[in-house]
Amino acid sequence: MVSSAKIGHVFNRSSIHLMLILFGLSMIMPFFWMVSTSFRSTMEITRDPHRFTPEVLSSDFGAEGTRSEGEERSPSRIFANYAEAWQSAPFARYFFNTVFVALSCVLGVVVTSSLAAYAFARMRFKGRDWIFMLFLSMMMVPEPVYLVPSFIIIARLHWLDTYYALIIPWTVKVFSIFLLRQHFKTIPQDLFDAATIDGASRFSILWKIVLPLSKAIMVTIVLFGIIGSWNSFLWPLVMTHSPEMRPIQIGLAAFSQEEGTEFGLMMAATCISVLPLLIMYFFAQKQIIASLASSGLKE
Amino acid sequence: MKSVIVHSDLVQRMTRRKRRDAAGALLYILPAATIVIVFRLVPILAAFTFSFFEIKMGALVGFVGIGHYVKLFQDPTFWYSLQTTIWFVLGTVPPAIFVSLFFALLLNQKIRALGLYRTVYFMPVVTSMVAVAVIWKWILEPDIGIMNFLLAKLHLPEVGWLSESRGIFQMMANGLGFNIPDWAGGPSLALVSLAIVNTWKGLGYNIVIFLAGLQNIPQQQYEAARIDGAGTWQLFRNVTWPILTPTTFYVFIMSTIVSFQTFSLVYLMTAPPGGPEDSTKVLVYYLFDKGFTPPASLGRASAVALVLFVIILSLTVVQRRVAEKRVHY
Repeated sequence: MVSSAKIGHVFNRSSIHLMLILFGLSMIMPFFWMVSTSFRSTMEITRDPHRFTPEVLSSDFGAEGTRSEGEERSPSRIFANYAEAWQSAPFARYFFNTVFVALSCVLGVVVTSSLAAYAFARMRFKGRDWIFMLFLSMMMVPEPVYLVPSFIIIARLHWLDTYYALIIPWTVKVFSIFLLRQHFKTIPQDLFDAATIDGASRFSILWKIVLPLSKAIMVTIVLFGIIGSWNSFLWPLVMTHSPEMRPIQIGLAAFSQEEGTEFGLMMAATCISVLPLLIMYFFAQKQIIASLASSGLKE
Repeated sequence: MKSVIVHSDLVQRMTRRKRRDAAGALLYILPAATIVIVFRLVPILAAFTFSFFEIKMGALVGFVGIGHYVKLFQDPTFWYSLQTTIWFVLGTVPPAIFVSLFFALLLNQKIRALGLYRTVYFMPVVTSMVAVAVIWKWILEPDIGIMNFLLAKLHLPEVGWLSESRGIFQMMANGLGFNIPDWAGGPSLALVSLAIVNTWKGLGYNIVIFLAGLQNIPQQQYEAARIDGAGTWQLFRNVTWPILTPTTFYVFIMSTIVSFQTFSLVYLMTAPPGGPEDSTKVLVYYLFDKGFTPPASLGRASAVALVLFVIILSLTVVQRRVAEKRVHY
């Protein structure tokens, strides 16, 4: 309790909570504002841009005298912006692309990382440490550095505007290899010896002993992979151009450039785009926070 | 005699096994290595090569030596964009460290509902940059956005958050009724707005990192200091801050590296992107512009990429060096 006395001397409990709550509000208000705006029609926004809660939530909504000439106003139109946004751009397709790409990348990462990390951690061969260092050094190179040549390579492979371009280069994450290798190294040698004496092959040791012991770290790698892939922007921006191939982020960006002034519509589209990940976040927030904090991932 | 034969037989078997093992091990690495080579190593080496060549239609057509670098360093836009990037880093990193450290300290007071606070603070971190950009574009909209409305409520002048090319120091001076020379004008308000949004998005992440660092500080350290009669500030200054140095340093370098690579916010929030008057054209946007907006110059873009690489590599190396040296307890 000594540390609590530390700042406790300067601020008392309630003022600490007050500050934390105010800060929390500054984090959450933009989201609230997004949701609130998403339920309002352009006409409503123009009439009263700074209304705190959407009109649909007020009790006299749709009553005589609350609407202007020719304005359609009924509580059943609460999701009107969502319906319109959903129809005016192929959001379903964007979502499918994002989910498909994210899952494929993660699957690839899990497979390639398990195999490589197993070799780096538990096998001896010439040049092992040298190759591992080479892998690690790739982590230090930021994406923009290799963007232009990657574009040319993808173009030469005729992969531009295909799923290959979005998936294949991202089926390896050096950081995941690193995490798994560190974990594999902590597994006691006795387990390997025992399995070898029982006649297990190297691959079956990996499959039956090592991987089941690595579930926690796999969860980290999967979450980290999904979030990274879901939110990636620069790569898909450069590698795709047709709407059918766009992931949700690029789709939303394009939508915002086309409908930039229709704020109700924009906010509805943004809501749609953030909802799946936020839902995942609320269910797995402990693991997500721990994974992101341990992996150093930041946009 | 017999034992020797057995021995040599064993050795033979073991060497054979070793050789087979080595070949097998390479098979395990092969999938990862193929991708790393084709989509990381080769492009990185290519970026290096490209920066010395003229490129047409994705093919090298002539060696130009350091020509691209000479042109790059002669381009005032490049220097301006480097300066813009540094302003952006300065506007993002130190404020982010102070604010997140402050709230991490508050959260570390054995506070109730810690989990709830953390969940809320972390929300912007898991939200995509695109969504964040779109939401904030609406908040900062000059005519009907909520931010200018709040400013007006406080009897402050409304500003064109993302469309203001004047430097913030210039704006302050103008507000007081005089002009300062352009070079002292500071980063444009548009750039500062981007830095604020960027900081807002990343605070939760830094708070979590700081909180982990704070929770690692052994309680005995505080007890000992308190027995010696240390006050609140002295406890922070002499116990918390020094023990937290590695964490602070990590956050500092990581945020700097990430801020140096800012692109999405500029691309999404400013119109025309990089504007107004190039005042938000950060290094990666400059690279993107040279690489993908006609008339593209892949050589020049690669030269920028190399400059970026050198900057970030130096930061990483410094981080590693210091992290190795400075283990505090």
